[in-house]
This record gives sequence, structure tokens and C-alpha cells, in this order.
Amino acid sequence: MSELTRADVAHLAGLARIDLSDAELDKMVGELGIILESVATVQNAPIADVEPMSHPMPLVNVTRADVVRASLTPEQALAGAPEQDQQRFSVPRILDAE
Amino acid sequence: MTTELITATAAELAARLAAREISSVEVTQAHLDRTAAVDGAVHSYLHVDAEGALASARAVDRRRAAGESMPTLAGVPIAVKDVMTTAGLPTTCGSRILQGWIPPYDSTVVARLKAAGLPILGKTNMDEFAMGSSTEHSAYGPSRNPWDLDRIPGGSGGGSSSVLASFQAPLATGTDTGGSIRQPAAVTGTVGTKPTYGGVSRYGLVALASSLDQAGPCARTVLDTALLHEVMAGHDPMDSTSIDAPVPAVVEAARRADVAGMRIGIVRELTGEGFQAGVQQRFDEAVRHLVDAGAQVVEVSCPSFVYALAAYYLILPSEASSNLAKFDAMRYGLRVLPAGDDDPSAEQVMAATREAGFGDEVKRRIILGTYALSSGYYDAYYGSAQKVRRLISDDFAAAFASADVLVSPTAPTTAFKLGDKLDDPMAMYLNDIATIPANLAGVPGMSVPSGLAPEDGLPVGLQILAPAMQDQRLYAVGAALEARLQAAWGAPLLASAPDLTAATAKGA
Repeated sequence: MSELTRADVAHLAGLARIDLSDAELDKMVGELGIILESVATVQNAPIADVEPMSHPMPLVNVTRADVVRASLTPEQALAGAPEQDQQRFSVPRILDAE
Repeated sequence: MTTELITATAAELAARLAAREISSVEVTQAHLDRTAAVDGAVHSYLHVDAEGALASARAVDRRRAAGESMPTLAGVPIAVKDVMTTAGLPTTCGSRILQGWIPPYDSTVVARLKAAGLPILGKTNMDEFAMGSSTEHSAYGPSRNPWDLDRIPGGSGGGSSSVLASFQAPLATGTDTGGSIRQPAAVTGTVGTKPTYGGVSRYGLVALASSLDQAGPCARTVLDTALLHEVMAGHDPMDSTSIDAPVPAVVEAARRADVAGMRIGIVRELTGEGFQAGVQQRFDEAVRHLVDAGAQVVEVSCPSFVYALAAYYLILPSEASSNLAKFDAMRYGLRVLPAGDDDPSAEQVMAATREAGFGDEVKRRIILGTYALSSGYYDAYYGSAQKVRRLISDDFAAAFASADVLVSPTAPTTAFKLGDKLDDPMAMYLNDIATIPANLAGVPGMSVPSGLAPEDGLPVGLQILAPAMQDQRLYAVGAALEARLQAAWGAPLLASAPDLTAATAKGA
């Protein structure tokens, strides 16, 4: 497995939408390197013909009757919003400035 | 009188409340007074709701006075981990990103506590989004271990473990993704259960890793833990992974405390090397007690457990990176605008908010999870971890073919000093080495006090594991061990904990 570089971590932080300062980035590269080396040992387990397991219990799809039930009022849903406008969540622009 | 009310078990309080010898207001006020006296030093709570708790207590007293038949624990106060939503009360998960957030709804667990008449004293501290083993990753500062205020109370549920060990509440809730109920119980001399995955509803629990998370009861005795288990557990249509089956008969098992003929499996991979001498000594002693009580000991091997920690620290960050994507500064929680940009985009606001709102450990795990799930690495990391998960589940199945329950020390060491492992993430992760396999396989587990380590005088916990849906076996073994150990000690373990009011007065 290739080593994790500073540029890799900066790229991952971008994908995860977390700004990191230069100091944070430096620290993170070293720490993640150590953790990755340790977790990579899963590849040494005898897993060649093993079926992956995503969930501890057998999962079945669960549905409910299509009837109206109690839900949040608009006021409740908006109560924690950083900004709101006309009974809607107000958000920053979503397109890049050209 | 007040001391007697705060040291009593929940079962004793429930009996005296039902007999109307005491009122819920008296019991609740006694615990609030205790909090005022000691929580400055212990820091179990992020938020105390004196008014709300007393209002609930008054309502229970009124209904009881009117002759209404009430649920067993009605009037017994409880502390709730800050990862469970509480309508009208702050829910922060120990994170700055949720500072001041007041959820508009109750988690199913909290709704059930309210329906059962338990006054909610407040919300307990935790590592941020339950990522940690010490509460040192809480954005609001660590909780402290009542046995030694310079030591960790375990994590992530260190607020709930310390609230019990400092007699600020007789009951508390927890969540356990890799040991967050059991390890805090072990290092504080208290009891905690992670039920079978799906046994308690996850609705309204802020998710860390959805395939591993399980809420459960915390208390000072095995019977109290069982009584709370019964209130919290049971099918919930709001959680698609909730088990639609009767709750195992945990209270009955705790009362019978019968292990005669039971086959107790000692997991070879979870003893010996890597475990502190006093931890191992108390474990061996506890096993002898169980044999004296009529159990048989068998040795079992779970060879894949050596890969459990590695698999866990791939699966958990992967699921967490996805679950925590919802903290995007748009609908609730913190919003931070990037400096020097008067018209930032939503993405820039998101990134600035997550930098300011998340602590180091959360950032570390999100980025690790993002890596493990990225194309090109998925098969090598996440895919391999899922296959190891299967091996671990198979190991449990094989072990339970020859043993009714498995036992091990809960944690490899007693409580370490605050700060000792903060700069070494891998050392911190190793605390969960014995508790993680149960989460990967979904089986239930409990930690019960097994004594004090001779070398440092700090509590040690014994872990009991049972097959899925056989949670009652944990309580049978836990209660049998508790009865024999308390008979040998002459008192509950916590009776030998230091007097906190002296420590608090000195510190003030």
C-alpha cells in the first residue's frame, strides 16, 4: 500500500469538506500514517474466500402503512436553522462565482 | 436521609416510592443537591435540568397519590447521555458543532423513559460524537473518575459512568459502538450493558457507526441495570433495524442469579499478555467465584479477534464519515463563514464550519473513513475489514457452540491518568481491544465490577458476552458474581470509593 502524502491528506480533507490549517495537516499526515499501517493488517487475515459482512443481523426491508402520522411543524423543523427566510432554510450560494 | 437517598439502589428507591415512604421530589432533589456539591469537581454533566426533573417528579408523585398504578421505576431519576435527543433540552454530543442545539423531538429511548415516569436530571458528558475512551475528546472538557479525579472515567460514556460512581444519579443511559458503555463501567466500578444489536431503538440517537451503535443501560447494580434495560428495550417501528421480538427476561435473570450448570468460556485471545497484572488477577478470581457458584469453565479460541481492532478502525470511520456528512451548516448546528470572503459558497461555508466545529479526533476519523471508502482503496481497506467482520462473527458462533457465555476482562488496564494517551491515538484505541468484537458481531455484552487492582487500588471490570438475543444470560452471570463478590467484600465496591465532598471542599 502506498504511503499517504501531505497532498493526499489535503485532497481527502477537501472531499470530506473540512478545512485544515498547515499545522493540522502536518500533524494529521503523521498520525494517519501510523493508524493506516496498523489497520492495514486486516489484509493479513485469512479472508480469501470470505463473504463480506456489512451488518450484524440479517436485514429485511421494513415498510409501513401509507397513512399520515405526526411530524414536525415548519416552525419546529426550522427552529435550529442558522438562517431562515419565508419558512425555508436560507443557505449560501450553491454555484461557483464566475 | 439525603445520603441514604443518593446511595440507595434504583430497585430500593422504586420499592420505597411505590410504598409512598418517600416522594420522587425528595429523591430528585437529593440528587440535584449532590450534583451542586460534587459536579464542579467531577464534571459528569453538560447540562442539568433541575426544573424539568422536579416537574416530572411532582407529576409522578401526584399520580401516585391519586392511586394510579405506576411503572416500576416511576419517580426514580436518571441521567441521559448527550447523544440522545431530548425535546426542549440541549443535545450536543460533546461537540462544538451542536453547541446550543435544542432538538425538536425525543429519541425513542427518552420517550420511553418519560413514559415510564423517570425524571431526567440532565445530559451527561461524552467524547465528541462518542469517539474516544476517556471523555478527553469532549469539546466541553473531560469528566473525571470519582475514584481519582486525575484519572479518566472511561469513554465515550464517561459522563454516565462518573455520574453513577459519584452518586449524582442511580441510573444513566449509554451508547456502545466499540465499548462506550462497558469500558467506562469497568474503570469506575459500575455496571453497564450493551444489548444485542437491535435490542434498543436507535431512533433519535445521533449516529456514529450505524451498524455498530447500540444504546443500553448503566447503573450501580446488576438488578438496576436490568430494570432500566427493560424500560429502554423493545421493538420500535421508527428504527428499521429494531428487533421485533419480546425483550429477553433480563430482570427475572438478575433476580434468580443462577449459573448452576452454565458453561463459561474463557477467550484465550482476551486474557494474559497485554492485560495489567491486577486486572488479570481479579479476572481469575471472578472465574473461581463462578465455578464455586456451579458454573463450568471451558477454554475457547477466537483466532480472528486479533484482527478486530484493525477491522473496527476501518468500518467505524467509514460509517462515521458518511453519518457526519449531515453536519453541513445548512439546517441546524453551527455555521461559520470563512474569513476574508464576503460571498462564500455553500461548500466553503461547510468546510469552514466543519474545521471550527469538529475536534481533532473527529477530523481524524472522518478523513480516515473518506480514505478507506475512496475508489482504488475500497477493496483493500473497507472490503477486507468487512470480511474480517465475518470471521469474527464465525468465531463467536463456534465459541458459543461450546460455551453459554464468554468472559474476559472488560479493559486491559485500570483508569489511566488524564492526558496520558491523548497524543497517541493508537494507544487510546487499544483500550477497546476486548469490547470491540461484540459490536462487530452484534452480540450482547456487560461489564460488572470484579474488584480493585492491588497495584493501584482502582476498579476492574469483568466482561460477559452472550449469543444474540440471549441478553438474560449476561444478567444471570453478572448477578451471581455480584452477589458472591459483595458477600466477600462485605459491601458494594463503591462503598470504598473516596469521599468526594472532602475532595470538592479541598479543591474549592
